[in-house]
Amino acid sequence: MAEKIKFTIDGKECYAEQGQTILAAALDNGVYIPSLCYLKDLIPAGSCRICNVKVSGRFMTACTTPVNDGMEVENNTPELEELRKSIVEMLFVSGNHFCPACEKSGNCELQALAYKYQMMVPRFPYIFPEKEVDPSSPKLFIERNRCILCKRCIRSIKDESGKSLFAFKKRGNKLMINLDHELAATMTDEMAEEAMEICPVGSILRKEKGFDQPIGHRKFDKQAIGSDIKSVI
Amino acid sequence: MSKPIVATTSLAGCFGCHMSLLDIDERILELIELVEFNKSPVDDIKVFTKQCDIGLIEGGCCNSENVHVLKEFRKNCKILVSLGECAIMGGLPALRNGIPVKECLQEAYLDGPTVIENSGKILPNDDELPMILDKVYPCHEIVKIDYYLPGCAPRADLIWNALIALVTGDELKLPYEVVKFD
Ligand code: SF4
Ligand code: SF4
Repeated sequence: MAEKIKFTIDGKECYAEQGQTILAAALDNGVYIPSLCYLKDLIPAGSCRICNVKVSGRFMTACTTPVNDGMEVENNTPELEELRKSIVEMLFVSGNHFCPACEKSGNCELQALAYKYQMMVPRFPYIFPEKEVDPSSPKLFIERNRCILCKRCIRSIKDESGKSLFAFKKRGNKLMINLDHELAATMTDEMAEEAMEICPVGSILRKEKGFDQPIGHRKFDKQAIGSDIKSVI
Repeated sequence: MSKPIVATTSLAGCFGCHMSLLDIDERILELIELVEFNKSPVDDIKVFTKQCDIGLIEGGCCNSENVHVLKEFRKNCKILVSLGECAIMGGLPALRNGIPVKECLQEAYLDGPTVIENSGKILPNDDELPMILDKVYPCHEIVKIDYYLPGCAPRADLIWNALIALVTGDELKLPYEVVKFD
């Protein structure tokens, strides 16, 4: 077995496999680095920037940066937490997030981060962008008002030949998530369930489902996101 | 020393935030020992009769009347608090923000499934009626807001903790369970 490399997060000694990213290694060492677009076993996208850490005075996304021997990573500092909070706030104003009417409320990772940072109001003005909802596939609603363009669906929901069912369309601030209608027609219930599950927000929704867990029983009602990641050393 | 004075109002809201205020249960007895209410649906005082210390605003601004009331609150209250999602970001009324006002009115008064009789094809336009705004505005886009209490409705404990902090000057207690958006 290859030698493990030693590094630190906020001064705490940690160990990583060769080539492992800071985020993956942090989780293995029981350290929580907040993230949205990261999902274990998927190729990292580095798109949400929530997992920004500081290495040698520079900001880096922990999900895409491999650990080096002796690396000193800053993670839980007021500066980084404030930066992350500002990104969460930016995501709230750049979509249309009406949490009280959202099927994912209580189980949503974006909302959970806002709870973690006790966001009382975003510091940026609301944009209220116009977004199109796509209800046309048999099993799913695509609720683009809430999409944070994290690519989790593109990276993980594929058919037997490895083709992604989801893809981006258009560019710049028109960029939107799209579901291939032909492939969507062949989706099994399990795939539809999985798609809703992997979407961190309420952008992919199972039809004829929603609001099936009472308030108080949902994932983040009582427990803050990341609080289940406990130090292993 | 005289008690701090509280005023409250519901703009484009559903009164849920006021219900949540009542949800402090028996602490309401403590509250009336601590503060005096002025303009508010709670005591039905309709116009400001004195300068107030704290103004609680439920609901965002969807029409000219809401803007007028909100500006009155800003003039008459030292501290303004946006109470709930609608005051903070427009809330459910703001779901119409992507739809032109004309289309909304047509759906409500001419074409909607609940329209039974409107043979004159009338859209309400009496001078007495407040004018509908082009979209629903968060309160802090109209006047300066000092504090924000999210929730739909904000948890009673959040409202209670905030009022106590404002009245006593103590630090606001914010346990994880009280800051929620639904
Ligand atoms: S996706 Fe999350 S943040 Fe957006 S409305 Fe739904 S619960 Fe709120
Ligand atoms: S639909 Fe969901 S999973 Fe896909 S990019 Fe948008 S937020 Fe991410």
